[in-house]
Amino acid sequence: MERSELISKVNSVLAEEFEVEESVITPDANIKETLQLDSLSLVDMVALIENTFGVKIVGSDMPKIQTFGILYDYLAERMK
Amino acid sequence: MERRVVITGMGIYSCLGKTLDEVRDSLYTGKSGIIFDPARKEMGFRSALTAKLDIPDLKGELSRSQRVYMPEEAKYAYVATRDALKQAQLDQDYLNTHEVGLLYGNDSSADAVVKSVDIMREKKDTTLVGSGAIFQSMNSTVTMNLGCLFKLKGINLTVSGACASGSHAIGLGALLIRDGLQDIVVCGGAQEVNPFSIGSFDGISAFSVRENEPTKASRPFDRDRDGLVPGGGAATVIIESYESAVKRGAPILGEILSYGFSANGDHISSPNVEGPSRSLQMAIKRSGLDIKEIGYVNAHATSTHVGDANEAKAIAAVFGDHKPEVTSTKGQTGHEMWMAGASEVIYSMLMMKNDFIAANLNFENPDEDSMHLNIPAERVSKHFDVFLSNSFGFGGTNSTLIVKNL
Repeated sequence: MERSELISKVNSVLAEEFEVEESVITPDANIKETLQLDSLSLVDMVALIENTFGVKIVGSDMPKIQTFGILYDYLAERMK
Repeated sequence: MERRVVITGMGIYSCLGKTLDEVRDSLYTGKSGIIFDPARKEMGFRSALTAKLDIPDLKGELSRSQRVYMPEEAKYAYVATRDALKQAQLDQDYLNTHEVGLLYGNDSSADAVVKSVDIMREKKDTTLVGSGAIFQSMNSTVTMNLGCLFKLKGINLTVSGACASGSHAIGLGALLIRDGLQDIVVCGGAQEVNPFSIGSFDGISAFSVRENEPTKASRPFDRDRDGLVPGGGAATVIIESYESAVKRGAPILGEILSYGFSANGDHISSPNVEGPSRSLQMAIKRSGLDIKEIGYVNAHATSTHVGDANEAKAIAAVFGDHKPEVTSTKGQTGHEMWMAGASEVIYSMLMMKNDFIAANLNFENPDEDSMHLNIPAERVSKHFDVFLSNSFGFGGTNSTLIVKNL
């Protein structure tokens, strides 16, 4: 998957599931704040990513993934 | 000092309608809410009959983070409770600043359990079950969801008493108010309608197989009944101390005069006569009424052979020479199970407020037990001021409520 395609897909599935405008999802935006995630809905984001891209975000990696840009990189690295 | 307990709000989401007016009209015209569901046949059901109900779309009304914890029965209960609170003139400011309780009947949340277990088995990864599964799967899902959505701060628990759950919830709420422990309790019952929730019930041959005539399948007290038809939805009844209702200027719709209860201590599925009789007698005694003041009996009768017969025997024995109209609204709705005790209070209230008794749908021929009751096959125009509502459940749990018009 091309990076631009990956970014587009990530943005659309997250925007749809968490009911935010796609335009608020930018590389530097904080994921939890933008999607208004708490500790429970964070689990839903991890499940959504795994179901959509086949990439499991392990628990120890989660604290490092603060922004959408980092998430794109994380997924791109594991989908090579 | 015992306090009077009144009804100040009602809300319902049922196969007979989504508003009180729609349900009243359905009762009046004798509409059936029963259909044949081909999907159940494909799943191997012996009977594909069910009540028809759409799951409310709450997107736009509740946020994603609120909806994700709600199984279908909680969505039904939310809509019913929202409407009941509105009728009772209880706004969010009041709920935020007063201790309003919540007792709701529910006894399963099978769909959520089945779906999450399916994911665990297939994916072998519990994360993929998602955050909503645990809250959707618990038996108390309705009360945990409603309590958080409406910010209720009084007693909060689910009453699981099989098919008497909704009735017991109202009865127990009334006792809390009567004893001064709560001023207002949101009571009710909810029932999921999906196939997973009742497949095992179908498996014990409890359901009618009159699949070629869905609207004639549920026929309480009729000689040719062959089993119940599963239904569902939710019904909410706001009960309140008389003093609180007057102080608030709330509409006072009726008064819960008494709650009777008993257990059969007998067979797990076959009801007897003695247990329900004691529930009836307890309610009548505690109401302080002369039995002749009871103008209508809303029977539990689910359209099963033994259940209807034994209830008919119990009613005939307890009421003796007094023969008020006895009907089961399940001819129209099917058996709303965990919801039934609450919905049938609302059905009876709507009839009492509008001076009619809905026909006992599909009652064409009495049997040797129902012949001793006054069961109208057609709608009756009648003013009455007191009704008695029975609800019985698996395990032999029995509940009886007596309600007076105000």
